[in-house]
Amino acid sequence: MTQTKGTLYKGREGMWSWVGHRITGVGIFFFLLVHVLDTSLVRVSPEAYDAVIGAYKNPIMIVGEIGLVGAIVFHAFNGLRIILVDFWSQGTRYHRQMLWTVMGLWVITMIGFTVRHLMLFFEGWGGF
Amino acid sequence: MTTTKSDALLPAQGIEAPRSGRIDPKYLRSGSSKSGSFEMAAWVFMRVSGAALVVLIFVHLAVNLLVGEGIHQIDFGFVAGKWANPVWQFWDLAMLWLAMLHGGNGMRTIINDYAEKDSTRMWLKSILYLSVIVIIVLGTMVIFTFEPCLLDNSGQLLESSPSFCQNV
Repeated sequence: MTQTKGTLYKGREGMWSWVGHRITGVGIFFFLLVHVLDTSLVRVSPEAYDAVIGAYKNPIMIVGEIGLVGAIVFHAFNGLRIILVDFWSQGTRYHRQMLWTVMGLWVITMIGFTVRHLMLFFEGWGGF
Repeated sequence: MTTTKSDALLPAQGIEAPRSGRIDPKYLRSGSSKSGSFEMAAWVFMRVSGAALVVLIFVHLAVNLLVGEGIHQIDFGFVAGKWANPVWQFWDLAMLWLAMLHGGNGMRTIINDYAEKDSTRMWLKSILYLSVIVIIVLGTMVIFTFEPCLLDNSGQLLESSPSFCQNV
């Protein structure tokens, strides 16, 4: 009798993608609360909005933005993978391959975004 | 009586399904209950809203951060310029409602998973629902009551106004 090591789920791709989806989801949710509040400052005054948005335009926040976009892109691609697992007849058979596809697309998307975002930031940045 | 070897090894036999008898009836697939159909609707909503949010948010990020001057272009005038167009008003409204409901339902699931004490669960979910309602109402009001062309005390157009204000 052949026995697989461990279990099909625990400690494997299925579990880790679920953990990643939860953590990125919670992070994005709290950012969203703050983001609606800072955008709402356009209703207070142009100066208030520009002052708070100005705080996003420094290198520390740029790193944070890249992290945020990284979380969003993973949550988006892995979410599409979950939809395929649920609705595509071959979804459960290929869920692992689809996770590696998600990770590959994530790396490509993040390289593109990070390069473009940093270039635009340093072009218009006046220093501290 | 002989027990064959396969009987002893097949895990499906003789072992009860996890949490047998400990599952809240509303999560059982047999029969139909009101909260069961709510959970089903929430499950479908997560997939439908999720697919829509991928498009809404990717375009939002591309238009705001990857074209023009990127992050440096974002100021009061930029927001005013976008919301002068009803398409962007609707875009941001759809994003606000779908993202808050999608995120709110995700947080509800997580609270249900980890907060085992009834009172803790009730408190956390009350705070969650209140936050979601406040953010959705606030965001919706901001989008629809926004005034792009503001005047100072002497009746002059503010410097931060977008250029189209000159023509009104």
